[in-house]
Amino acid sequence: MTNPVLELKEITTKVNQGTNQELTILKNISLKVNKGDYITIIGTNGSGKSTLFNVISGLMQVSVGKIYLNGEDITNLKEENRSKFLSRVFQDPKLGTAPRMTVAENLLLALKRGEKRNFLPRNLKNYFPQFIQLTKSMHNGLENRLNSPTEVLSGGQRQALSFLMAIIKKPDILLLDEHTAALDPKTSATLMNETDNQISRGHLTALMITHKLEDALKFGNYLLVLNQGKIKFIFSKEEKKKLTVNELEKFLI
Amino acid sequence: MNMIVSAIGQGLLWALLGLGLYLTFRILNFADMTVEGTFPLGAAVAVTSITQGVSPILATLLAGIIGVIAGLVTGLLYTKGKIPSLLAGILVMTAIYSINLRIMGKSNISLFGKANLFVSKFLNSLPKYFDSVFIGFLFILIFTLFVNFSLNTNFGQAFIATGDNPQMAKSLGIKTDRMIILGLMISNGLVGICGALIAQNNGYADINMGIGTIVIALASIIIGEVIFKNLTLNQRLIAVTLGSIIYRLLLLLVLQLGFNTNDLNLLSAIVLAICMMLPQLENKFNLKKAFLKGVKKHD
Ligand SMILES: Nc1ncnc2c1ncn2[C@@H]1O[C@H](COP(=O)(O)OP(=O)(O)OP(=O)(O)O)[C@@H](O)[C@H]1O
Ligand SMILES: [Mg+2]
Repeated sequence: MTNPVLELKEITTKVNQGTNQELTILKNISLKVNKGDYITIIGTNGSGKSTLFNVISGLMQVSVGKIYLNGEDITNLKEENRSKFLSRVFQDPKLGTAPRMTVAENLLLALKRGEKRNFLPRNLKNYFPQFIQLTKSMHNGLENRLNSPTEVLSGGQRQALSFLMAIIKKPDILLLDEHTAALDPKTSATLMNETDNQISRGHLTALMITHKLEDALKFGNYLLVLNQGKIKFIFSKEEKKKLTVNELEKFLI
Repeated sequence: MNMIVSAIGQGLLWALLGLGLYLTFRILNFADMTVEGTFPLGAAVAVTSITQGVSPILATLLAGIIGVIAGLVTGLLYTKGKIPSLLAGILVMTAIYSINLRIMGKSNISLFGKANLFVSKFLNSLPKYFDSVFIGFLFILIFTLFVNFSLNTNFGQAFIATGDNPQMAKSLGIKTDRMIILGLMISNGLVGICGALIAQNNGYADINMGIGTIVIALASIIIGEVIFKNLTLNQRLIAVTLGSIIYRLLLLLVLQLGFNTNDLNLLSAIVLAICMMLPQLENKFNLKKAFLKGVKKHD
């Protein structure tokens, strides 16, 4: 039996510890993610979904519990160092890209995710064929904007770029935090389908937070329901198939 | 004519200060007050070591190295000590004041009769003030090329990303603390060298010569931006030097109007304030035009 790619063991996170504002966000969370898993996560606002991702990516320290990557304890590994094997698309489109840098520059930064940044010329032009091919897969005109600063892109283009940046160098774990939430229904659906394509084509291991119950049912091989910092339900692919959106809604609360 | 050449020379010499602050203020989004200390520190180190018999080139280099150290201290206070950026800079700037007095032993040292970068057979054969144009151009050229090359490396791109979106930078594995510290070091190194150049050009170092340097640096950056819009990063670096020269020409103009050199800091502040308000004033102006158009009667 091989180790799971990612394992959370009895994770609890507290913020503002020792003050009267102390708050326990995640409560005793245990989770195993195996290679090739594509897990969708749902839960009401404030249930701790983003916090779960913050803990996995190292943005936030755990108070109790352990995190393992391929069997190795990474609980105290810094965010910068976890980036070698982990990539992430943030909920907020502004967080995912460097606004004054161009699309191509952002992609190059992401291509070197987790690597040492050397003092050699970046040779941006050499990467254009690769970048054009990659951006074309998004079908939103991004390939014509490679030299534009990302601040002038539309929200949909920006999130599509953030997604490409997260997968341009294959991560062991991909975290998607409502990456289509800020987009209009059509753009959102396109990006969601493309996400699914890329994940299955690249055999990626992914966790995806969403508020759209249809998407949570449609995609992935597991569905996780988070409630007040606890994992309330886990549905397998087979159980998911039998569920309807209406039924799932009842499990949320 | 002489006055204009002199102003251009001053602009080129002071441009190094603008280039240094560009790295922190514009690229890292870090308002670094340290430079108000590093500038006279560079001057004090250079002038004192020259009077001790050190060669002017070496003395200038030494000023740069001491500047790098000052930047390192600010960087450590900010990243490791978690002191807010403005305060970290002010702390180091204040500390440097005492250090400068220690180095110089008094509040003013003259270089009179001593060797310096501006004393050489070749430079003295040039027409008046062309020595500062020559030296200023040489230094700003070398360092602009250096900064330009650096920013276009993989390292430089990570540096820019750190200032542009620190959270993204971290999530891509960029060690942002290290980038900020290095940026402050290089920036203050350049400012230290600038102080050394200005002191040698003036022929003295003075304990109070740092007052207002941050305003001068910002003025050259912002004048460059206001005049030349929509530039690439490489062009922006050059615009800092042009901004610095234009700033000196502006000062020349107002001095001609009857102000004297004691008013310089006031004038600098006013010039900077106007430049910073320009984009907003322009918007207001356009708004007004649009408004007038809107209320005009159809005919
Ligand atoms: N650093 C923090 N300090 C204090 N409280 C925090 C912090 N981070 C998160 N919280 C709180 O923890 C709870 C969970 O937040 P989290 O962002 O994980 O929710 P979420 O499930 O992602 O919600 P949403 O669907 O709105 O994105 C919220 O009540 C939030 O206010
Ligand atoms: Mg969230």
